[in-house]
Amino acid sequence: MEYFLELFFSGLTRGSIYALIALGYTMVYGIIGLINFAHGEIYMIGAFTALICATVLTIWGLPPLAVLGLSAFAAIIWSAAYGLTVERIAYRPLRHAPRLSPLISAIGMSIFLQNYVLLAQTADFVSFPALIPDFAWLEPYRSIIGSSDLVILLTTAVVMLLLTILIKGTKIGRAMRATAQDREMALLLGIDVNLVISVTFVIGSALAAIGGVLIASHIGQINFAIGFLAGIKAFTAAVLGGIGSVPGAVLGSLLLGWTESFATGYISSDYEDVFAFALLVLILIFRPSGILGRHHNQKV
Amino acid sequence: MLKMRGVEVSYGKICALHGVDLEIRSGEIVTLIGANGAGKSTLLMAISGLARPIQGCIEFLGEEIQALPPNRIVERGISQVPEGRRIFPQLTVRENLELGAFCRHDPQGVRDDLAYVFSLFPILASRSQQLGGTLSGGEQQMLAISRALMARPSLLLLDEPSLGLAPIVIRQIFSIIQKINQEHKTTVFLVEQNANLALKVASRGYVLENGRVTMTDSADNLLRHEGVRQAYLGV
Ligand SMILES: Nc1ncnc2c1ncn2[C@@H]1O[C@H](COP(=O)(O)OP(=O)(O)O)[C@@H](O)[C@H]1O
Ligand SMILES: [Mg+2]
Repeated sequence: MEYFLELFFSGLTRGSIYALIALGYTMVYGIIGLINFAHGEIYMIGAFTALICATVLTIWGLPPLAVLGLSAFAAIIWSAAYGLTVERIAYRPLRHAPRLSPLISAIGMSIFLQNYVLLAQTADFVSFPALIPDFAWLEPYRSIIGSSDLVILLTTAVVMLLLTILIKGTKIGRAMRATAQDREMALLLGIDVNLVISVTFVIGSALAAIGGVLIASHIGQINFAIGFLAGIKAFTAAVLGGIGSVPGAVLGSLLLGWTESFATGYISSDYEDVFAFALLVLILIFRPSGILGRHHNQKV
Repeated sequence: MLKMRGVEVSYGKICALHGVDLEIRSGEIVTLIGANGAGKSTLLMAISGLARPIQGCIEFLGEEIQALPPNRIVERGISQVPEGRRIFPQLTVRENLELGAFCRHDPQGVRDDLAYVFSLFPILASRSQQLGGTLSGGEQQMLAISRALMARPSLLLLDEPSLGLAPIVIRQIFSIIQKINQEHKTTVFLVEQNANLALKVASRGYVLENGRVTMTDSADNLLRHEGVRQAYLGV
């Protein structure tokens, strides 16, 4: 039972990180119908920004949780700026081009950003300081859930709540949903669709940055390529839940996290990535549009 | 109020409007009739800024608007109810209406207008928490008109509001259009294939054929005109 709970929580932690990244894929897809392949790199850039920031702040002697908060803040700003810029230079000029063009542009952006960080930083893994202290009161449950897992879960929960409020309850959130459903009609109502798209990229990038900081602190090391696998997994989760659907992305991510965690825990850790993609293939055979995806192809 | 001079619009090689001249005066109901494919919807999209004229100019309240982005055009007081209603199916009736007021910054005025459209179409008030996609065709048309009114336009563009609706619903909607025109002094530009009905509520009409305005006259004269009767009134 204890082993089960341990796997449950480690799956939940993984799933939370996937969800933070998957939301960016699914929201951007929902609004402009594009798979933003550079999204994993935005997450990676978030982790690097936090690393640089954390190193400086730690030298200044700030307490770890303050360092974590400030680094995360810097990562959010910096990643959001990157997301915004990528949309401006790589996707917006291609908005009316054939569907394949922005996709190729996205792949190009992904490769460019990876190599840019590779050159600017290093090819090796660099260690990331453990910014989440061990909570003494969590000691009795140590074998089930670690303090960094707990911080990741709580942060993700709060972020999801804020995102839901934003999407459901604010004017810009309404405009985002309207644009996803019928962009031309949104324009006719005077919605500034360019602004809506920019906001979507900013939010998606900010969420990915939070994921990047949390996972970097959890695992303890990063390099320029971490965005690739994390990006593909999160994308898988988004497709699993039904790409374009916000609750679907969260559900798909949790499902993926648990699948990986339980399968590696009970079966074998050699095939960790195989399970994830086997799950994807299975779901897509039985529900081609994902768990919460709409059957008739909704116009985006 | 609105003047179009020599407006040309094309989609790639297909020329949809060949130099259209047209004028709408404040307070009027003007109709544009024409067969399917004549370019009526394109003309409305050009006014709303979604189809860019390659030639000509569109003047609204004395200023050229043909190069403005769509949101600036809405802010200046032009709202369109597009063909096929285009309700956001996954948003509630109320959210659809609130989006109609997206460009406005006077919360009190928006609340008043919400009450006003609910008084025009009480059915929408009782359905306000329902998803737009669950409404019937007639209710969706009422919602589409209400949504456009939420911007408090001075010029309301309507693209085939009678399309696919039962005669009784069409009559109800047309009487509301007249009511809006009288009560709010909202100028109405009504595009219709149902020429008979349109010419009865309008004071003037234009006939569009293959992207060209071929005739314009008072609605009464058009109703009596032999060519119009044969081509558009089915008699
Ligand atoms: N998005 C488009 N792309 C290419 N051609 C179009 C498009 N929309 C309309 N057209 C063409 O422009 C002409 C006018 O269409 P439209 O304005 O929709 O006419 P109407 O509303 O009078 O039926 C038609 O020949 C139509 O095929
Ligand atoms: Mg039309």
